[in-house]
Amino acid sequence: MTAEGTLTATDEHAIDELRAEIAAHEGESAKHTKLVIFAWSGDLDRIWPTFILATTAAAMGMQTTVFFTFWGLFPLVKNDVRITGDNWMQHMMSFMNRGGTEHLGLSKMNFAGMGPAMMKKLADEHHVASPQELLEVARDLGVELIPCQMTMDLLGLAKEDLIDGLAEPAGAASALAEAQDAITLFI
Amino acid sequence: MSQTIVQQLDVQGLACPMPIAKAAIAIRSMQPGDRLEVLATDPGSVPDFTAWCAKTGNDLLEQTEDAGVFRFLILKG
Repeated sequence: MTAEGTLTATDEHAIDELRAEIAAHEGESAKHTKLVIFAWSGDLDRIWPTFILATTAAAMGMQTTVFFTFWGLFPLVKNDVRITGDNWMQHMMSFMNRGGTEHLGLSKMNFAGMGPAMMKKLADEHHVASPQELLEVARDLGVELIPCQMTMDLLGLAKEDLIDGLAEPAGAASALAEAQDAITLFI
Repeated sequence: MSQTIVQQLDVQGLACPMPIAKAAIAIRSMQPGDRLEVLATDPGSVPDFTAWCAKTGNDLLEQTEDAGVFRFLILKG
C-alpha cells in the first residue's frame, strides 16, 4: 500500500490470491454436507447417540445415511417380533439378544436390564427423546436407514421382521460408495 | 415482506436434539421470508439454534430469554 493509502498493483494481486484461496476452501466445506454412520452396535448407549446425530444432521440439511450392520441391525427389528431366524442357532440368537428399540441393553452397567430401565427413567425425567421417538423423527427428516443384507442373512432377520420405512437392504459396497464424499462415523 | 410470525413452535421441556429436529420439520413447509417463533427450555438450544441457522441459511433475527424460556425468532432463508 502507498503512503496515501491507495492500493498498488501488488496489493491487488495479493487480494486476488486470497480470494482464490477462500474460494478453494469454500469448496472444501461444501463437500461435507453428507454424513454416513455405520451402526455396528445394538447397545442402547451406542444406538441412542447414533439416532441423535443422524436426526440432527438431517435437521441441519445434511444428506444422512445410517448403515446398520451386525448387532446394529437388531434395533431395527419390530418391537413385537420375538423369535427370528430359520434354524435353531438363529432362533437362539434372537432369544438371547431380543431385537427392537425397547429391548436394548447397555454396554456397561446393564445389570440384566436394570441399567436400561434406570436410563429410560432418567431420560424421561430429563425429557430426552427415546430411541424409538428419535427413529421416527429420523425417518420423517429423510434419514436413509439401510439394513445390511449380509447380516440379515447371517443372523436370520427377514425384511418382515424389520420396521417399515427402511431403505432397500444393501451391502458394504453401497455403504462405502455413499461414504466416499461424506463425514463418516463408526458407532 | 410480511412481518407477522407465520408459525409458532413450542418445544418447551424437550431436550437435544428434539428442538432442532422439530424446528427443521416445521420450517420445511414454510416459504422463504416466513418467520418461525420457537419457545424452548433446553439451555443447549441457545448455541444449537445459532449453529443450526448458520448452517441452514436461515436467519436468527431475535433471541431472548424470559424466566428460563428461550425465544428464537427465525427468518426462513
